[in-house]
Amino acid sequence: MAKITLDQLRHSYMPNPQRPDDWALKEMSQELRDGGAYALLGPSGCGKTTLLNLISGLLRPSHGRILFDGKDITEATPEQRNIAQVFQFPVIYDTMTVYDNLAFPLRNRGVPAAEVDKRVREVGAMLDLGHMLNKRASGLTADGKQKISLGRGLVRSDVNVIMFDEPLTVIDPHLKWILRSKLKELHHRIKRTMIYVTHDQTEALTFADQVVVMNNGEVVQVGTPIELFERPAHTFVGHFIGSPGMNVLPCSLDGGRVGFLGQPVDTTGSVSLANGSGKFELGVRPEFTHFESSGIPVEIVKAADVGRFRIVETRHGEHRIRLLVPEGQAMPSGTAHVRFDPKHTHVYRDGWLVN
Amino acid sequence: MYKQLNQKAWFLVLPVVALVAFNAIIPLMTVVNYSVQETFGDNVFVWAGVQWFEQILHSGRFHDALLRQILFTALVLFVEVPLGLIVALAMPRKGPWVSVCLVTMALPLLIPWNVVGAMWNIFALPDIGLMGKGLNNLGIDFNYTRQPFSAWFTVVLMDVWHWTSLVVLLCYAGLVSIPNDYYQAAKIDGASAWSVFRFIQLPKLRRVLTIAILLRFMDSFMIYTEVIVLTGGGPGNSTTFLSIDLVKTALGQFDLGPAAAMSLIYFLIILLLSWLFYTLMTRNEAQ
Amino acid sequence: MTLELRHVAKSVAGNVHIHETNLTLEEGTFNVLLGTTLSGKTTLMQLMAGLDKPSSGEIWFRGQNVTGIAVQKRNVSMVYQQFINYPHLTVYENIASPLRVIGVEDAKIKERVGKVAELLRLAPMLQRKPAELSGGQQQRTAIARALVKDSDIILLDEPLANLDYKLREELRDELPRLFADRHCIVAYATTEPIEALLFGGNTATLHEGRVTQFGPTAAIYRQPNDLTSAQVFSDPPINTAPVTKANGRIQLDDGTNWPTPASVANAPDGQYMLAIRAHHITPFPQNGGTVMVEGRVLVAELSGSESVLHFDRGGRTWISQSHGVHPYEVGGTAKLYVDVGRSFLFGPDGQLVGGHA
Repeated sequence: MAKITLDQLRHSYMPNPQRPDDWALKEMSQELRDGGAYALLGPSGCGKTTLLNLISGLLRPSHGRILFDGKDITEATPEQRNIAQVFQFPVIYDTMTVYDNLAFPLRNRGVPAAEVDKRVREVGAMLDLGHMLNKRASGLTADGKQKISLGRGLVRSDVNVIMFDEPLTVIDPHLKWILRSKLKELHHRIKRTMIYVTHDQTEALTFADQVVVMNNGEVVQVGTPIELFERPAHTFVGHFIGSPGMNVLPCSLDGGRVGFLGQPVDTTGSVSLANGSGKFELGVRPEFTHFESSGIPVEIVKAADVGRFRIVETRHGEHRIRLLVPEGQAMPSGTAHVRFDPKHTHVYRDGWLVN
Repeated sequence: MYKQLNQKAWFLVLPVVALVAFNAIIPLMTVVNYSVQETFGDNVFVWAGVQWFEQILHSGRFHDALLRQILFTALVLFVEVPLGLIVALAMPRKGPWVSVCLVTMALPLLIPWNVVGAMWNIFALPDIGLMGKGLNNLGIDFNYTRQPFSAWFTVVLMDVWHWTSLVVLLCYAGLVSIPNDYYQAAKIDGASAWSVFRFIQLPKLRRVLTIAILLRFMDSFMIYTEVIVLTGGGPGNSTTFLSIDLVKTALGQFDLGPAAAMSLIYFLIILLLSWLFYTLMTRNEAQ
Repeated sequence: MTLELRHVAKSVAGNVHIHETNLTLEEGTFNVLLGTTLSGKTTLMQLMAGLDKPSSGEIWFRGQNVTGIAVQKRNVSMVYQQFINYPHLTVYENIASPLRVIGVEDAKIKERVGKVAELLRLAPMLQRKPAELSGGQQQRTAIARALVKDSDIILLDEPLANLDYKLREELRDELPRLFADRHCIVAYATTEPIEALLFGGNTATLHEGRVTQFGPTAAIYRQPNDLTSAQVFSDPPINTAPVTKANGRIQLDDGTNWPTPASVANAPDGQYMLAIRAHHITPFPQNGGTVMVEGRVLVAELSGSESVLHFDRGGRTWISQSHGVHPYEVGGTAKLYVDVGRSFLFGPDGQLVGGHA
């Protein structure tokens, strides 16, 4: 168990980085509290796997330090850091049984056989693998193999942090639900620091207490799922989180009021007149956009029924505005008017949330 | 993909079939023909039935040659396979040295076999050869033209030098295809280098090793050129392996019948042992 | 122009990969093959394309028996999960390759490639090689190559599975538009029910080599023929529980009961399997016949916009999915409300008895 401190961490895969693009991970400092569930969320190439490998010790950072409980472990190897990692494609030792796979990390560290047996059975029960401990590991399905990978990390009692590198990629949707909830349950039970890397916002938001949203090697926002959903600090966060993402529309400042194409719009907070420069946009999630009898006139282009709600795509001129209409609620057709919920309409300048 | 796609393909294959028939099947049938007949010269043939087969199978000389051959093949496999694996493990998988290593490994395989024999013939000469003279200078009484032990030593060493590279290249190809995640997971699990070898590399190399062992078995069992150039089968008949014995019988003594019978027996032995080897190795895999 | 699979089955080495199937795909339709991995989607697609021959049955296209005719002779395009492009050719040449094979003149090639590149937003990248493109762009190149040929049948085998979540969303949006004005038959294999719902068109649910149901997507979603189809077409997994129908009421094993909904009123009394989707179980009462159930909370997943609760009810794990954030104490008891008006009832043979969600 450890509190992880990232101190001015930067990393480049090139020997002599010149331009900002040469840095896979741009400078960041962050504290991950002991026992927390964290997610590193972002698109391919955003630097999340780089950050994960820096924390686990599989990569040495170009700059900066990493501390576990205040101790500088930047130069330490993965074994010395006492971490466990679950990879995207199940990594198991084919020739061994499930039992031996789980016992492997303990045996390598010279743990006595009685203790090994106890831990292996405990973890086997936790992961619903108890009845197949004597089966050959190579015979299991993908989700079974991932459980073994996870189990190898759980058997060790000295693990500081467990890392997951997009572990559910090869798992079927039905089993994803079960495995995801299992991970959440496990975290709740054993309370060890867990870091989960993914590009799937549903996985990140349901698993983590705190989500680190990354893009282009930079940390864009760190917050709870609710914070990220209700107050995205950047239009990227608004777009990336939520399915579909936030509606981002150009807006103008007119006498302190925000206007969308001439029509005034109520938003959160106040916008000072003095900050007039830059590109202004307003962001509002489809969940907080509603059909009303008056408001912004739109033309309904498409409505897709996904069961729980309908994703409705409308157009105002060349702008696309999306809404989520819950199941059972009536919906107009053809042309209609939409309004944005003022409590959830935010103003962004050059992409960043204003005030 | 599709099976009955194109019947026309058979016509394209016809020339090759003709060639193979001419070069392999017809000679094979000729051998079978000779093996069951006795000739007194002048193209007079008399049916001999299984006489030659019996003669060969009961012949002490044949047994000796067979035993020598088995010993040689066993020695060669015993040295080349582990050595090849070790060298492959030591070779870098990334970076500028990869091509250098690969080319170096490939070089012994490119030398014509009789040149290999000739090279080692001179290299091991006790008076002017680098190795031969060197060993003698060290106080070891080494003369492969006179001592059976030294002859065997030289022959085995030559084969190891010549063919280990094949095992190296095959194993290297197998190693390179193991995804990096496995090594990372092993690091995290605290596995020692030996554990990594035993639980990750060796299982994943199973198929490649099967091929390497099979190839080396068959080739070493049929060895002729290098040995003939190096020792001529001597001193005496201490390095007379099966194929050398066969040629001596057939061409030296011009006993076509026994020679033909011997080659068929030889062929069947290789076939049987290869099949055994292969079945044993792939049965383990299927489990 | 229709593609018909008549009594098509496929077995390999004694294992049945596809059970006897009858399927008709019409011109200009978008058909989703929905099922888990190993349910037979890829095998079925290969049979449709002509990459594989059925062990029994026939395939008819445009009124002609095409069983046994190789894929090269059929006008078929295929897009795979792993973005398959010729690495040594530029994007332009990649897209042009099928046209070059059939001998179209350069001027025409330029025109058609240009049009398709425009459609897939690849115009600025035409001179690059696939290795220089991102995953999404590589897959778009593969799709462009499939479209430029103007084939009669276009097959897509989980093409978005290797892409990022957000990229998947974007391409999912674009795909139906790409096929909207064409006369080809499109078959799209996926494991995700939401993709089927978003594409519309028709859906075939597959389970263990069997097509359990085929028809308009919305209809199958709201009226699955059998429990298997309902389970395949649910994400999160559909909640089930055995119930007894008697005296005009439906009763769960713990005694909770409610009046029989009209849709199943005519069914005989007896044992049935109740099935209800996760979003019809909520932490607050809804309009329309809600029944309260209690369960022990196992896991509470709160994303910013919704709450997913896994709870133990009568020995089975049920899942509730609702809007908004509703915190729960793990291990504690939760009271949840089930909209039984939207539940399904399946008979002992798995067939739908009634219900409409």
